[in-house]
Amino acid sequence: MRTESQGVAEFEAEDLRYEYEGIPALEGLSLRVEPGERIALLGANGSGKSTLLRLMDALHWASAGSLRFRGHALGEQAMEDESFALDFRRRVGLVFQNPDIQLFNPTVFDEVAFGPLQLGWPREQILDRVHATLAWIGAEHLKERAPYRLSGGEKKRVAIASVVVLDPDVLLLDEPTAALDPRSQSQMIELLESWNDGRKTTITATHQLEILGEISDRAVVLDHGRVVADASPAEILSNAALLASANLVHVHRHLHGGVTHKHSSPFLRHEHKG
Amino acid sequence: MSTGVITRTARGFTSVLAQALISEHSAHQRGVLQALDPRVKVVGLLSLVLATALSRHIAVVAVLLALAVALALVSRLSLWSMAKRVWLVAFLFTFTIAVPALFLTPGEPLLQLPGVPAITAQGTRSAAMLLLRVESAVTLSTLLVLTTPWMHLLKALRALMVPVEAIMMLAMTHRYAVLLTETANAMFESRQSRMVGRLEGREQRRLMINSGGVLLSKTLEMGNQVFLAMQARGFRGEIRLLDEFHMRGRDYFALGALLAAAALAVAAGR
Repeated sequence: MRTESQGVAEFEAEDLRYEYEGIPALEGLSLRVEPGERIALLGANGSGKSTLLRLMDALHWASAGSLRFRGHALGEQAMEDESFALDFRRRVGLVFQNPDIQLFNPTVFDEVAFGPLQLGWPREQILDRVHATLAWIGAEHLKERAPYRLSGGEKKRVAIASVVVLDPDVLLLDEPTAALDPRSQSQMIELLESWNDGRKTTITATHQLEILGEISDRAVVLDHGRVVADASPAEILSNAALLASANLVHVHRHLHGGVTHKHSSPFLRHEHKG
Repeated sequence: MSTGVITRTARGFTSVLAQALISEHSAHQRGVLQALDPRVKVVGLLSLVLATALSRHIAVVAVLLALAVALALVSRLSLWSMAKRVWLVAFLFTFTIAVPALFLTPGEPLLQLPGVPAITAQGTRSAAMLLLRVESAVTLSTLLVLTTPWMHLLKALRALMVPVEAIMMLAMTHRYAVLLTETANAMFESRQSRMVGRLEGREQRRLMINSGGVLLSKTLEMGNQVFLAMQARGFRGEIRLLDEFHMRGRDYFALGALLAAAALAVAAGR
């Protein structure tokens, strides 16, 4: 649910526009994120979720409109200021959708140590944090392994560890549970819950409605680069017309034993007798 | 085999990837070169490469090659692997270039083959010199790569005032190469899984060219994404490592010995 605040927002986007090779990805998006919020960005493929996360992580710059982090405008000029850039990278972390992109070091240990090294942390602090983070994701035994040889679930966990090791104030997650088996998906959600502990800001891009209640307190629906709804997860999930118009659900036909039926809420658990 | 070229190419890419991993493995073995400060290896081994290029006496170049082989042995590198990966490839490539010199260099005839000019003694010496130079230089360069973790090598180059832009290009090229091999392998396997029967040579070539184009654009895009992922975690072009470089007594000794060997080779090879 949208919370009004008088203080400085964690992120504030106003009429944000972004074009990728002439194709609009964000078209006048406005959004305010308060500190400590757990937000789910919902939307079908191509709705602008990943683009928004990359703009929030200062990897791309808006074509028009403004995006502020704690009152500071994010742009090329701001990121050229080394002290601001290092502080920003320390406070905001992005976990990419494809872990193969994010894992580029020869070993898991090097991967997790990469961020702290870039920020110039002391050696002892890096060693302590890397060991603690590997223990937290249950991957100490993998520390000498090459990241690209890990399973899909392990890669995702290491990708998260490589960002969480910096203990950022804001965690941006791009489809953290996509392409994971049910057990790995459940482990991932537990991991994120244990990290957040209600104190951090998390913004998770997803189109998996079944995890919405577990990962967020506020859901923002994007469609064609605009915010089309901003409410609590329960409200969003109960609005079948909105979900259908944003391509998040479709009429779904399936078979239970001898009963075939159809409905438009595949994320709702249900059972049939007989 | 109906998809011979494609299969061999895919296997070739896989082999390159495996070799890249073996390099990281050999760089962590306990050997003489592995124990040295990377900056010493960069300066020392590259000065020997320079000496190889400047030397005009075949015996001096042969001694430098023997020194390189000795360094490989004390660094616990597999000579069989070096022979397959380095010496054979360098020999075949250089020999192709050196063949005309055998016939075209004027001098005392050594062997007369029917229908071609005679192979001359001077031509043979020139070709042998070129072969030895290339083998020696390639072996010394390979020693540097095989005994130094890639990131340490980049940091050593940076410490020796190589511009940050060049270091970033090398860092990205390395990652790009690994991505290229991974993507190529997946693409060729996927293609092969959907192919039935025998393809004609022309069709195979067309397939390879098309796949090459797609592969390049795919990996270029992935390379850009990797760079963004590095930036997202604070990378600004400088290579930072957990282990700082420290020059010890043995490093100073090794640097002195390698530089002395290079200077001696240049003097003797004039």
